[in-house]
Amino acid sequence: MDIVMGPVLFNWPAEQWRDFWFRIADEAPVQRAVIGEVVCAKRAPLYFDLLDEVIERLQAGGKQVALATLAEVMSDVDRRTMAQVVEMAEMAEIEINDVSALWLLEGKPFAVGPYMNVYNERTLGHLMKKGARRFALPVELPARSLAVMAAAATEHGAETEVHAWGRAPLALSARCYHARAHGRTKDSCQYVCEEDPDGMEVRTLDGRPFLAVNGIQTLSYGCVDLSTRVKELRGLGVSALRLSPHSVDMVQVARIFADAAAERISGEEAHARLNEAGLPLPAANGFFHARAGHEWVA
Amino acid sequence: MSGNAAHAGGFRPELVCPAGTPAGLRTAVEAGADAVYCGYIGPTNARNFPGLNFTREEMAEAIDYAHARGAKVLVTVNSFPPAGRFEEWRRAVDDAVAAGADALILCDIGVLEYAAEAHPGQRLHLSVQAGASSPEAIRWYVHEFGVKRVVLPRILTVAEIRRVQEAVPCEIEAFVFGNIGMMAEGRCALSNYATGRSTNMDGVCSPADQVSYRKDAQGNLNSRLGDFTIDRYGPDENAGYPTICKGRYNTPVGRCKYVFEEPRSLNLVPLLPDLVAAGVTALKIEGRQRSRAYVKAVVSAFRRALDDLAAGGTPDIAALSALAEGRRTTTGAFGSKAWR
Repeated sequence: MDIVMGPVLFNWPAEQWRDFWFRIADEAPVQRAVIGEVVCAKRAPLYFDLLDEVIERLQAGGKQVALATLAEVMSDVDRRTMAQVVEMAEMAEIEINDVSALWLLEGKPFAVGPYMNVYNERTLGHLMKKGARRFALPVELPARSLAVMAAAATEHGAETEVHAWGRAPLALSARCYHARAHGRTKDSCQYVCEEDPDGMEVRTLDGRPFLAVNGIQTLSYGCVDLSTRVKELRGLGVSALRLSPHSVDMVQVARIFADAAAERISGEEAHARLNEAGLPLPAANGFFHARAGHEWVA
Repeated sequence: MSGNAAHAGGFRPELVCPAGTPAGLRTAVEAGADAVYCGYIGPTNARNFPGLNFTREEMAEAIDYAHARGAKVLVTVNSFPPAGRFEEWRRAVDDAVAAGADALILCDIGVLEYAAEAHPGQRLHLSVQAGASSPEAIRWYVHEFGVKRVVLPRILTVAEIRRVQEAVPCEIEAFVFGNIGMMAEGRCALSNYATGRSTNMDGVCSPADQVSYRKDAQGNLNSRLGDFTIDRYGPDENAGYPTICKGRYNTPVGRCKYVFEEPRSLNLVPLLPDLVAAGVTALKIEGRQRSRAYVKAVVSAFRRALDDLAAGGTPDIAALSALAEGRRTTTGAFGSKAWR
């Protein structure tokens, strides 16, 4: 099973973003890296001039590189950013996160990101006819559906990825909740989301950790961890495990998953190691088990 | 009909009204709905609540009833079938077509493909659940499946709606009144994260059997969804239904407890003339879960307002706004970009 490093969802300073990917390029046992801006078009100009050198370094490190498109395309700025990314299709495969990108791709081969609603084999089949070769499946799909999807994809020669580690992306909005929390609007945000490299915590009034805000995106508070289910995922026919970057040692996280995928360590050992290397957050795997997403099934 | 040109004066947009039950459908038709939308019992539509929706027989009867009175019936099959369960959605599509639905309101790419292939003459609308918020996305659905109308996500301003309308080769339907979710439609798994039931796959947000109210030691009432407290009400406050995107929470910044939005509903009455001028073909009222009395009052008031507008008059905005009395309303995203 391959390991994929998903796109950085948060607003990290440009140099930190570049150095993160350089290190992944040089050291991480991942076969594929997905870069680019998924959450907010306003962030794209902050680091898009670094895309070339990051792609080059990743490719020199033997990684396949994909460029993600925005998950929500609404304003003219969103549309321009999406078009700009699609125009880079010569440099790297495009991973689409919104139907808008399909119109611009005009039949070029592409990958499908986890924000596309690909819930069933018929949708998967239709997108394959349009040129889809790889699917990062929606984060809320349970194991029984993953099995059907992986089988359908394999039958047609496509690959599937499952979100295996990192906060789960749960919702998108037109409103920026980071700006709102700071008494600003999306247009006057002053990039306040950069204060929270892993998202801003949202707790219930009785103090229970619940969600995390990342601009227009809402994520889970808990950290999805499917390390104890790696064997099962392989059995279902899933091709790759996707890790979602956080401000921890992601090379180490990737190594742990690579070891689990190669059966050098057990899922339980991987989980224990991740608890030390990862974020100090509760682990969650409820979606996989068709239960509430925040739950942990041992 | 093409929606390519903004409507000249005298245009009367279609009034599209909710029907949660057969009785609700009759009420809406009698009150002046041009079209009603409704769905089958079960997960195949996005309002899968207990006590709501139509059996196969009820749907067929309701369509006959509406047609006899010159009203259309738009059948919602607007959730996302999870892999391995496509058959239920396929059946809903076939049955709605057989019952004589004027249009199907769909969102899943696989369901759209099936409907377009199996029923080539059937009119298809793109549900708000598809979250098609750009001209490019809408064009793709029109090109792929021959979609005739798109229901726009509730995240665009009127100015943006006008630009979308000018750029797409299909009709546009916009929500004007009723509940408003804060998250982009069809792209929210918050309810599933808290309860294990998915808005997209099960057609339900904040399922009632996961809702509870608990009094704490200070005498406050806590509304809960699954294991999570969504809001807390003092003795003088009216407790609301726990919807995650309208709850109160704490953040490290702490300026606003309503992290996402206050519990308000959408009321675009003040923007009605602008929306019509923007070229919207159909105006939609939310509320399949509402009482017949509510449906009757809202539909009749909008009927009068649209007729007045079409006759070149000014709609009685005060009368419409009175419908929202006691409830806090907002023009949401539609009014200006400052909402974002």
